Amino acid sequence: MEILLAIIIGVLYAAGIYMILRRSLVKLIIGIILLGNGANLLIFLLGRITEGAPPIIPEESKVFLEAYADPVPQALILTAIVISFGLQSFAIILVKRAHKVVKTDDLDEMNATDEDS
Amino acid sequence: MKTLILRTASNYLLPLLLVFSVFILLRGHYLPGGGFVGGLIAAIAFVLHAFANGLDNTKGLLRFHPGFLMPVGLGLAFISGLAPVIGLDDPFMTGLWFPEPFPVIGSVGSALFFDIGVYLVVIGVTLTIIFTISESA
Amino acid sequence: MLAAILLGFLFAIFLVFAGKFFRGKLAVLSALIPGGLFAYFASFIPQISSGEIISKTYQWVPAFGVDLSFKLDGLSLLFSLMITGIGFLVFAYTASYLRGHKYLDRFYGYLSLFMAAMLGLVLSDNLISLFVFWELTSISSFFLIGFNNTNPASRKSALTALGITGFGGFFLLAGALLLGSITGTYSISEMLSMKEAIAGSEYYILAVIFIFVAAFTKSAQFPFHFWLPGAMKAPTPVSTYLHSATMVKAGIYLLMRFTPVLGDQEFWNITLIIVGGITMVYSAIHALFRTDLKGVLAYSTISALGILVFLIGLGTKAAFLAAAVFIIVHALYKATLFLVTGIIDHQTGTRDVTKLGGLRKIMMPVAIAGILAAISSAGIPPSVGFLGKELTYEASMHAETFTIIIVIAIVLTKILLLWAGFVAGIKPFVGKLPDAHKDVKAPGFLMWAPAIILAVLGILFGIFPMLIESALVKPVVSSLGADASDYHLALWHGFNTVLLLSAITIAVGIFLYFFLKPSAKLESRIGKLEFISPKSITEKGTHYFSVFSAFWTNVFQNGYLRNYVTTIVLFLVVLVGYVMFGNPTVLIDYRQLSEVTAYELAVVIILIAGVFYTVFTKSRLAAVAAMGVVGLAICLIFVFYSAPDLAMTQFSIDTLTVILFVLVLYRLPKYLTLSDYKMRIRDGVLSVALGTVICLLALQVLAEPTNSEIGDFYAKNAYIMAQGKNVVNVILVDFRGTDTLMEIAVLSISAIGVFGLLKLRLKSTDRSQ
Repeated sequence: MEILLAIIIGVLYAAGIYMILRRSLVKLIIGIILLGNGANLLIFLLGRITEGAPPIIPEESKVFLEAYADPVPQALILTAIVISFGLQSFAIILVKRAHKVVKTDDLDEMNATDEDS
Repeated sequence: MKTLILRTASNYLLPLLLVFSVFILLRGHYLPGGGFVGGLIAAIAFVLHAFANGLDNTKGLLRFHPGFLMPVGLGLAFISGLAPVIGLDDPFMTGLWFPEPFPVIGSVGSALFFDIGVYLVVIGVTLTIIFTISESA
Repeated sequence: MLAAILLGFLFAIFLVFAGKFFRGKLAVLSALIPGGLFAYFASFIPQISSGEIISKTYQWVPAFGVDLSFKLDGLSLLFSLMITGIGFLVFAYTASYLRGHKYLDRFYGYLSLFMAAMLGLVLSDNLISLFVFWELTSISSFFLIGFNNTNPASRKSALTALGITGFGGFFLLAGALLLGSITGTYSISEMLSMKEAIAGSEYYILAVIFIFVAAFTKSAQFPFHFWLPGAMKAPTPVSTYLHSATMVKAGIYLLMRFTPVLGDQEFWNITLIIVGGITMVYSAIHALFRTDLKGVLAYSTISALGILVFLIGLGTKAAFLAAAVFIIVHALYKATLFLVTGIIDHQTGTRDVTKLGGLRKIMMPVAIAGILAAISSAGIPPSVGFLGKELTYEASMHAETFTIIIVIAIVLTKILLLWAGFVAGIKPFVGKLPDAHKDVKAPGFLMWAPAIILAVLGILFGIFPMLIESALVKPVVSSLGADASDYHLALWHGFNTVLLLSAITIAVGIFLYFFLKPSAKLESRIGKLEFISPKSITEKGTHYFSVFSAFWTNVFQNGYLRNYVTTIVLFLVVLVGYVMFGNPTVLIDYRQLSEVTAYELAVVIILIAGVFYTVFTKSRLAAVAAMGVVGLAICLIFVFYSAPDLAMTQFSIDTLTVILFVLVLYRLPKYLTLSDYKMRIRDGVLSVALGTVICLLALQVLAEPTNSEIGDFYAKNAYIMAQGKNVVNVILVDFRGTDTLMEIAVLSISAIGVFGLLKLRLKSTDRSQ
């Protein structure tokens, strides 16, 4: 499964970068989201995956008695997922506004700085 | 999307989902769940209600702008971290606990209040974003 | 002692708020601060001259051995007295010189900032705090040189000075760190006892070079000298205070401070003699070609600094004695000459020496000050300058090697300096008063009094050398590690070679003064050689550097997101790919891998299909839906592999993201086919390459052993310390609670950003701007 996951990560990275390299604004955002998912999975995989042992201490004991999944990557990814929601929503709105003000959705036409326009 | 079935269902779903989100929030310390997930579920509950009944109805239900939840939640989280500094001269974010566990909820401590703060902020942020967008869309 | 240093800083801060009270008549009161400090430091004279060393240590960054420790010995006392004493006179002089200036308070703020920094520099016993104060003097000097900030030439000179001295500052820091790593301490006092260890270290030469570059840039030694003449764009009080009496001597101070630590080595001595020698002769000759009084003085100052470096390089007891006396001599006469020049400039509006003359008729007290200073500068008895010159000759004659060349060089320098002193101190006052200056007014008391005080002191110390002998000169020599108790300063040493050299100097110098008048013609002649001077070489270098960086920036910062991303990705792929193919040992231990079940395989296939559909579909809605599917598939992966919290969060966020997209999708632009076939192939190849590299990288990391120490700690203590059983949640709200607090703050900011972007409408006028 690890190999499959690594391939998935590769696919997500490739797709993310490919979409970011497009000139269309909407594709840029989709690319960022795909890339973010890939990064989350990468952290998850590199923290080693464990099946059926969530990092939750059993009800009757005070410490783990058996093997458990590493909680640290999970905490990191949880944070990353929530933050990326903030980023995505901001990016979407930024694109929407930019589209409205600049009246283009071609990234290449947006490269002029304020001074020139 | 204002179908009768969805509207009727959402009226019952909203309180149910909200109770569920609080449940998820409270059990977070022992089982999967917590402030982030709880907050997101609560936010989805409101968004669902807004889809079914229209944004204005949902806003009327809330009575205040969801944005206000952000400073409230941030303040709560910050104070729960600050409490040990003021009360006991301990470092910032030291966990404080009531000695006896409460029925149903379990043991209550500063971490729980912190989680409630997170819960409120997440609701506030999500609803602010979604409401603002659907208003201007 | 800390209070004495902080006083200047506090006053500078105070002026920020209460500045307007000091713009008017009260301005002169600010001279009380250096005056009081002068009295404070003067009260230490008896203790210091009896051989005591006063030190105070305040902890600053104890973990790195950086303290605010201060040491008052003979050397630092001499400098402290110069800083506060001349500071007192300059502060008073400024009140009159810049009377009614709009930013007089600001000027005083910079001045006292500088004074405090300079005091800190000479009192610091810790190399790191010395460096901090060193940089502060450079910065305050920058503000003072650029004080007339509406004048482009001023701004340029200020930048040059900051550039050169800041460059030296880096070297000082490097030298400090190097010495710190050799000795294991930053305390200069402690380094004193490790002289052998430092000299024996393989980094000795490097440390010395670093210290040299720092000292040479600050003290304007060849080839870093050119910032000093430019710095003369500053108002005259600044030139007097910083660029002749105190700041430029910081380099000299540094060399003297490190003489007992690094000195007495061939490399140290010979380098100093050569650099000092070149500087003193080179700039003394340069002084001949100037018509601007301040230009003459600037070059003669550089030359004097060269003499000091040269004397430190000689490294004998007599040389140290000469250096100690010469510092006092130079501070007294050069400050006087600068003040006099300032008065002339202020009253007549010109500093061009060819246009000046006969001013004694108008400003007699100034003329007296100027002439006395010129006498001291020329080393004519009974001035203290004579003492200084005698000692210098004495020291040079006992140089170990190349004695003849050294003596010729120093005599030549002294002759030219005599000429420079006469031109600045005597020439404007003698001869016929030009018609243009007939109705020039006499300067106020506050202006000429400081000049006269300094000039008279120059003569007084010459007649009564015992005034400075045991109080100032000898403690300095003993700080340098030599014993001078058997030596007595006196004007008369009998007929000997030194006296003969003095007589020659004076005679030739005066002869030169009468036959070589400064003229614009001479000045233009040296201008022709300007293109090979260190100044123009540096300026050209700077120019090409900025042209190059503009070009470089335009290549990379071209405004196309695509190009940035391409560059980064390409670099990553090539670099990581190179390393991975360099040692292709992707060992996959198949036994450790978990099994692939049928439903997992199904999820993987759905996920990959979803990704491909997202990328290649022509419909935006379809892309968003496919993206939702990808998110849900990832959610399932989290479920399979023991991350229920992640699964729940991913699920909620995925739902919300899709809702968000659907809400705004119809306001968003339609997909466009903007790129051609070739471009897509190119990007595709690049993306696939990146994907492959990341995939291989992940596999390679998996082959390495893990370290789950942190996770184990949290897991072990989750219930015991934080009374929680869901370890992920405990980490988020308890162990790393502060991080989460910041995170929700960031989330709030993004929500406010969204709100602001959509709700705040710019007016059409704002938008068009």
